Amino acid sequence: MIGTNFKRIIKSGFVSFWRNGVVSFASILVMTMTLFVLGSILFVNATLDASLSQIRDKVDINVYFVTTAPEDDIFALKSSLEALPEVADVEYVSREKALAEFTLRHQNDQLTLQALEELGENPLGANLNIKAKETSQYEGIATFLEDESALSTLDDTSIIDKVNYLQNKTAIDKLTKIVDSSEKFGFIIIAILAIASIIISFNTIRLAIYTSKDEISVMKLVGASNSYIRGPFVFEGIMYGVVAGIVTLILFYPFTVWLGPLTENFFSDINLFDYYIDKFSKIFFIVLGSGILLGAVSSYIAVWRYLKK
Amino acid sequence: MIYFDQVSKLYSSGQPALDSVTLSIAPKEFVSIVGHSGAGKTTLLKMLLAEECPSDGGVFFESSDIHSFKKSALNNFRRRIGTVFQDFRLLPNKTAYENIAFAMEAAGKTDEEIHSDVPHVLELVDLGDKMWNFPHELSGGEKQRVAIARAIVNQPDIIIADEPTGNLDPINTFEIVQILKKINDLGTMVILTTHNKGVVDSVGGRVVTMDGGRVIRDDKKGKYAL
Repeated sequence: MIGTNFKRIIKSGFVSFWRNGVVSFASILVMTMTLFVLGSILFVNATLDASLSQIRDKVDINVYFVTTAPEDDIFALKSSLEALPEVADVEYVSREKALAEFTLRHQNDQLTLQALEELGENPLGANLNIKAKETSQYEGIATFLEDESALSTLDDTSIIDKVNYLQNKTAIDKLTKIVDSSEKFGFIIIAILAIASIIISFNTIRLAIYTSKDEISVMKLVGASNSYIRGPFVFEGIMYGVVAGIVTLILFYPFTVWLGPLTENFFSDINLFDYYIDKFSKIFFIVLGSGILLGAVSSYIAVWRYLKK
Repeated sequence: MIYFDQVSKLYSSGQPALDSVTLSIAPKEFVSIVGHSGAGKTTLLKMLLAEECPSDGGVFFESSDIHSFKKSALNNFRRRIGTVFQDFRLLPNKTAYENIAFAMEAAGKTDEEIHSDVPHVLELVDLGDKMWNFPHELSGGEKQRVAIARAIVNQPDIIIADEPTGNLDPINTFEIVQILKKINDLGTMVILTTHNKGVVDSVGGRVVTMDGGRVIRDDKKGKYAL
């Protein structure tokens, strides 16, 4: 009996989906827009994440050593820095490398190069570029370095010439704030958009079922059980979700092809089209799943109102 | 078999729609309930279908109070009643066949029973050739015959017909009354409400007259007396 009922519910839902063509079309249209907004959130998130991590990447602390600092001591400091949980990466730049970089940077500046030549020896010390996992963690690392510079000494003078954290502090603090608030702001915008579009979808389905409220009362009168009445409506809602989900996934193709190069140029290294293809299975499940869930739940709630005795 | 015990219904306006109505109807009886609009006929039928609850009193079917039924018991009870309304109340997106099949599906009948019974019952109301038409493609009389076919297909104990001829011309009215009489002759209780003097007189059965929410006459072999 359960099998027969299930078959009848599916068939009835399908037939009604087809016969109420206009209503189905309108519901799918609204739902497609909702899913499009929800899906776009994934793209916005990916772009935001990539941009923010790029900004984070630009923030670092440099430790400059005195020219006489022995390499062993520098490596000792490097490994103790790497042992810190906040530190993501430490890059060692030797004196020679620092000089090469300096020369390269000033290759068009003859005056500076001449001055360097006249010095006769390499005036640059080695340095360490330290990257933290979170921008807020730089302060802690800077404090650690201050303590460390007191310890690592060479003939009672510190091997550390200077730590540029204090100079960069304002910039780092500002960036930390920007990163934090853009994440918060992004989340709020996303939440508002998602909630608004879900409410619109829900109301459309409620309206579609409102037109069937007399039908529901007739079904009750001939003695149909609540689940037997509800079944076809819920199935119809699921069909709206599936069709709208597929339409949305198809629409994302030209959308990302068009936006891909734009995002690549403006924001960061992320190409939305590559992201779409790369994460297709994830996006597929999220979009289709939200569609099915939204359709089924909206229909269930909408019919429930008319099934109350 | 059906017993209304001192049933009253008060709406918020204060005017009672039913005022301590006591009425019993035996199996296989054909009862016509007559009265002006607002006399309480439809409210009485709604009580019987448990679409509305009485403010006071009780409605009994085979000695159990139908307003104390749980959901599933109520659904089972409703499947033992066939209903016919003035406005037909067919499912607009289903064909004549599907409308009747739906009532059978709701009652848990098998596909084989549906395939054999639906054409049969449509032949009975003379609509064998309109089986696949949608309600909007049928005339008023034809719609009402589909509704009657739907009401009788599960072989109910009771047929409730609320102004079934209210929207029909005299010829269709006559046909519908003949169908209802035939159903009653086969042993089904029929409760009919109507304004139509001709209908009541041609049925010639028991007539209950209502006014202002009260039963004012109950004649075994009655005529339309308002």
